[in-house]
Amino acid sequence: MKYDYKLYEPSWCPGCGNYMIRTALKQALEELELEPHEVVLSSGIGQAAKMPHYIKVNGFNGLHGRALPPAIGIKMANKNLKVIVESGDGDTYGEGGNHFIHTIRRNIDIAHFVHDNQIYGLTKGQASPTTAMGQKTTLQFDGVKVEPLQPLALALTMGAGFVARGFSGDIPHLVEIMKEAINYKGYALVDIFQPCVVWNKVNTFAWYKERIYHLPEDYDYTNKEKAFEKATEFGDKIPIGILYKVEKETYEDKFQFIKNGEPLVDRKLNPMDAEKLMKNFY
Amino acid sequence: MDYSILVGGEAGQGMDTFAHILEKTLKRCGFYVFTHSDYMSRVRGGHNFFYIRFSDKPIYSYSLKVDVVFGLNDESVRLHSPKLKEEGIIIADKEIARDSKIVHLPLMDTARDLKNSRVFTTIGLGAILKYFGLSLKSSEEIIEEEFKEEIATINIKALYAGYEMVNRKYDIETLEDKNILIDGNQAVGLGAIAAGCKFYCGYPMTPSTGVLNFIAAHADEMEIAVDQVEDEVAALNMALGASYAGVRAMTGSSGGGFALMVEALSLAGIIEVPVVLINVQRPGPATGFPTRTEQGDLRFMIHAGHGEFPRMVIALRNPEDAFYQTARAFNLAEKYQIPVLLVSDQYLADCRTTTKPFDFNKIEIERYISGAEAITDKEYKRYKITENGISPRILPGKVPGQVVLIDSDEHDEWGHITESDEIRTKMVDKRMKKLEGLKSEVQEPWIIGDEEPENLIVCWGSTYGAVKEAVDSLREEDVSIGALVFGDIWPFPTERLLKMGKGAKKIIDIEQNATAQLDSLIREEALIKSTEKILKYDGRPFSGDELYARLKEVL
Ligand SMILES: Cc1ncc(C[n+]2csc(CCOP(=O)(O)OP(=O)(O)O)c2C)c(N)n1
Ligand code: SF4
Ligand SMILES: [Mg+2]
Repeated sequence: MKYDYKLYEPSWCPGCGNYMIRTALKQALEELELEPHEVVLSSGIGQAAKMPHYIKVNGFNGLHGRALPPAIGIKMANKNLKVIVESGDGDTYGEGGNHFIHTIRRNIDIAHFVHDNQIYGLTKGQASPTTAMGQKTTLQFDGVKVEPLQPLALALTMGAGFVARGFSGDIPHLVEIMKEAINYKGYALVDIFQPCVVWNKVNTFAWYKERIYHLPEDYDYTNKEKAFEKATEFGDKIPIGILYKVEKETYEDKFQFIKNGEPLVDRKLNPMDAEKLMKNFY
Repeated sequence: MDYSILVGGEAGQGMDTFAHILEKTLKRCGFYVFTHSDYMSRVRGGHNFFYIRFSDKPIYSYSLKVDVVFGLNDESVRLHSPKLKEEGIIIADKEIARDSKIVHLPLMDTARDLKNSRVFTTIGLGAILKYFGLSLKSSEEIIEEEFKEEIATINIKALYAGYEMVNRKYDIETLEDKNILIDGNQAVGLGAIAAGCKFYCGYPMTPSTGVLNFIAAHADEMEIAVDQVEDEVAALNMALGASYAGVRAMTGSSGGGFALMVEALSLAGIIEVPVVLINVQRPGPATGFPTRTEQGDLRFMIHAGHGEFPRMVIALRNPEDAFYQTARAFNLAEKYQIPVLLVSDQYLADCRTTTKPFDFNKIEIERYISGAEAITDKEYKRYKITENGISPRILPGKVPGQVVLIDSDEHDEWGHITESDEIRTKMVDKRMKKLEGLKSEVQEPWIIGDEEPENLIVCWGSTYGAVKEAVDSLREEDVSIGALVFGDIWPFPTERLLKMGKGAKKIIDIEQNATAQLDSLIREEALIKSTEKILKYDGRPFSGDELYARLKEVL
């Protein structure tokens, strides 16, 4: 397949949910007929964040928690690139929480796939911002003492125009969500349940399988109140699908010279263009 | 001729406008002008003041001795009357405290008659211009250019009213106006725009905000994406994303914000993505002295970032230098695929100086970006091992069939994570190789005064102006003295230093910090020890006359 790096295989544990997310993403790109050079994956650090090494598209594998800022810079510099951000729950909601909030506010055209295993995988099993209260971990021996962050509700509150949830164990469904998210003009958040078979013994495949259900066919994803209800439904039943989707003007389109011109990267640079600014100083 | 005017008062009393019109008037009259502002970290009240110095000969610093104090309140008269020269005067409203040198004028009453109390500084301006024997023509023009008609009319009336209030003391001849008047932050911004910077992001922090403001003010016109980011961590990461995608990108802050960029600075080192950033220093630690000046971050700029990677550090010496060096920084960053760090400070950032108009023909844009022709292997290797450590750089999306993978982990030539000891060593060597090339780019420090001096001064960055004036004065007294003013700081240039250091009896290190950071760098890099140090870290810049006096003590 054109998105495969030859001789380069993932270092994920056998049975990890990340494999299925990779399969889904490759399929989504394939079905969208995107060529490897037209796509950039930006990621941070963690198990999920290794994705740019396992899918052959352009990759910016940056710092832990910092997957979003480079993605914004990339999109502003070259609006023709399809920019996808791929990172873990710790990376996105913990270390990078501030960027998460402010990227939603910007509504820049990127698709954001969060591999939510509700745990820190790479660093061996500490609680992540989405680990349930009371859950015992390799660090929180007597259970987590803080409330979990609710990413979908938070995104809705901040005004995100596209909010969805997927499950790595349901690839066909995930592919459809990914395609919608990539095609969405604006910031699209997809929180993806991704069982970590080593460090999270609570939120297992079976645990998710028992609880998740598809949003009904007639679900109105433009209804924000309904979306809030679904975003906070996190108990015996957990809905997956596109919870909310509306059209909004993108950040980059608010810059007229970006909207109406060539990508900034293609501009010819000439120092003499700036000489006119000297008039301010006479 | 060489005169100085000091205006002092509370924030919000209209001093900024007064200073702006006065300095521009003096510039248009053909004089060399140097304005230094001393302001507090508050929006109202407090005590702020400006030194506005002008001369028919080039000047490089402010002067502590002034000819006129324009006191907007009692406090400014009390604080600044000791700075008056023998023949100096104080101009103030008639309600303001007694002082033997005061010339009381009915400023407030006249402003009230004009039905706008805010114009009382303009009345003072008229009086001061008359005192120096200058016409109101230039001021009138400036007011008409910059104010709305209604406001302009009343201010011009105020100007004439002030003009009638005093007698002419001097009769100065005006000259031909050939210069621009610009501050350090504006010069940096202009340099960046001239160099084709298409992405600038930052988070407001005094005294660096001026760079962000300047570029933002021209962003639409020049088609530059400017982003006020959520924090400085985002700033450098975002600039790196933009640069990876292929535009020239820059960010800036002051020490505290730069501290937040440090992890991403190290990222720039390993991913080999070019970026330019500026630290407009203010005194630390932590929040420190927000509106004051210091050179406390020299070592920080050289060493910031975990791990080892090549970088270039360039200190800016005056607005002209700031303009050309900023433009140069973009070329060096892209040539070597490294972070280039510019170092300025509050003094340089805020001082406005008459300067020869910048020559945009001198700016060259060299991108060093490759296309398909650079791909000799089947698959593009972002980190191909080369002789000089520089791997051909292609841009994502620009070469069909090829992808660009960069990685903050140690990586192989393709950019993939590696754990190999052999590759690790090769990659470190490859990156550090670039330092060799950089060394050939380094510019030697400027020389002031004697080229074979008995007394050699070493200094860096914005102290240039004060050192220049002090050295010039001492040489008029036949003192054998010369100075090296470092601009390029890292890699550290040693040629001139070794040559001039050899013959010098005294080596005097002059810095605006407490730990003599340049001095220690010189010991490290050139094995030369200074014999004296003149250090200042009270947050106030050296003036030329102050430095002259302090040099006298050690010579
Ligand atoms: C600044 C910084 N702090 C901490 C780390 C160590 N670290 C690496 S990944 C990670 C957490 C990973 O959790 P998550 O983002 O959920 O990814 P996962 O491994 O679960 O996919 C941490 C704490 C780091 N690399 N950088
Ligand atoms: S530790 Fe968990 S998240 Fe990481 S690869 Fe293994 S199963 Fe997957
Ligand atoms: Mg995780």
